[in-house]
Amino acid sequence: MSIAEQQPGAKQMLDEDEIARLKRLRLEKFGKWAMPVIVLVAAIVLWDRTVVWNNIPHYILPGPGKVLETLIADWKMLFEALLVTLQITLLALAVAVLGGVGLAVLFTQSRLVEMSFYPFAVILQVTPIVAIAPLIFIYVDSRIGGLLLCAWLVAFFPVLSNTTLGLNSTDHNLRDLFRIYGATRWQKLRYLQLPTALPYFLGGLRIAGGLSLIGAVLAEYVAGTGGLKSGLAFRILEAGYRLNIPRMFAALILIAVTGVVIFAGLSFLSHMLLRKWHESALKSES
Amino acid sequence: MSDLPLGKRPELLRLVGVDKTFNGTVTALAGMSLQIHQRDFVSLLGPSGCGKSTALRLIAGLLRPTSGRITWAGGPGTGEQGSGDLGVVFQEPTLMPWATVAQNVWLPFRLRGKSYFDVKDQVLEALRLVGLEKFLDSYPRELSGGMKMRVSIARAMVTRPRLILMDEPFAALDEISRFKLNNDLLKLKEKIGCTVIFVTHSVFESVFLSDRIVVMAARPGRVIEELQVDAPYPRDGDFRTSPEYAAHARAASEALHRAMEEAA
Repeated sequence: MSIAEQQPGAKQMLDEDEIARLKRLRLEKFGKWAMPVIVLVAAIVLWDRTVVWNNIPHYILPGPGKVLETLIADWKMLFEALLVTLQITLLALAVAVLGGVGLAVLFTQSRLVEMSFYPFAVILQVTPIVAIAPLIFIYVDSRIGGLLLCAWLVAFFPVLSNTTLGLNSTDHNLRDLFRIYGATRWQKLRYLQLPTALPYFLGGLRIAGGLSLIGAVLAEYVAGTGGLKSGLAFRILEAGYRLNIPRMFAALILIAVTGVVIFAGLSFLSHMLLRKWHESALKSES
Repeated sequence: MSDLPLGKRPELLRLVGVDKTFNGTVTALAGMSLQIHQRDFVSLLGPSGCGKSTALRLIAGLLRPTSGRITWAGGPGTGEQGSGDLGVVFQEPTLMPWATVAQNVWLPFRLRGKSYFDVKDQVLEALRLVGLEKFLDSYPRELSGGMKMRVSIARAMVTRPRLILMDEPFAALDEISRFKLNNDLLKLKEKIGCTVIFVTHSVFESVFLSDRIVVMAARPGRVIEELQVDAPYPRDGDFRTSPEYAAHARAASEALHRAMEEAA
């Protein structure tokens, strides 16, 4: 990619600007991965030393070693809880995608429907979910149903608003062209509006992925009751009551890692779908 | 394929006293009358705001005249919006970035419900005519501005429409690409035997391409003069350096000047 690679023998021909540029490139490539790792390691070491030097008992602040130990010891229980939370998260995300895209398509097909319902979508979005969730659990009998509804309420809006924006962002000349060729509504949607909306939708999807996890965890907190199938949030609450702080940390780490994995997965999906034609994907390739 | 001389060609469409007013106050076009014959190459030449693009959009059926009428020879349906008997090239290439070159050219057929395999030959032929048969599977972003415009032209002519409307298609290109595309456009027109209405603000382009130049003035947009460029086709690079060309270019420039003065 760089000039030096193309002409291995011609390094002395590079002037000072070029050498500086190559140096910057190399630093960029290396630093992008190395710097966060260094910061992470430094933070863990600092955490560890703080605990050791100050003799902090582990029921107040456990050291990283103790957290790791707990993570391994409680793995079976935590992993089961993770699966429960993950199930709600992914289901909510799927419903958010279906609902968000479905509503967005409906909105662009009928201005009247958009005018009637968009304000209520906004109201649902801006009302804090913690305020609605207790009500939901009063009226929805099914625990899973209630959790799902909460997570969906948090996650669907970015999909809806981004997809609506995308469906309305078609090139005006292409729109004219479709009219001239007598395209039907369905053809216009299928061949023009949906492809135009794809990058917008994927942007919304990445936000919705994180939000559905937040929604799922939040709903579990509100739902509270354990039962047989408890998610990570319930495990955190439970560990808190028992002053099992290391387990709280272990569960917290699992949730964070899950969030990162969801984000990375959706980013990868977005890259694969757009890499052939969209600017955003082209930049990350070079 | 030699064309009948001007004046003996059968009529294709006619604008009769067409007005277009936007918002009830802004007159974009006033009393435009124009006859287009089969196989004409007509340029609409004029300063910005003279209604030449509005005229094109009226003919394309994207706008409806405020008063006056547009009639098509051969009855309703031929050449009208939705019939597919019309090709359009805009100032921008207007390609779908998510679709390959071949898929972009397929679009007019696709919207008529034809599968790619049914029309593959026509798509390939259209791309061959614009010299892009090797770029079937490329995406628009991989092409230069001139090549994108060629794809756009291939798309406009793939259905072999009787009429192609072009709205300043080469305005954004560099001079060299522009000359090349002008030459190629004439060859293409010759080959598929269509009618072209070409909007431009370049005197030289209009003289080189057309057999009729309709000079328009602004505020309100209207037709001032009609010039004939009776130099025979095929025209090539030599025509650009001929005294004949220079004379026509002078006449067109003077007409354009008069149009600008009328507006001022």
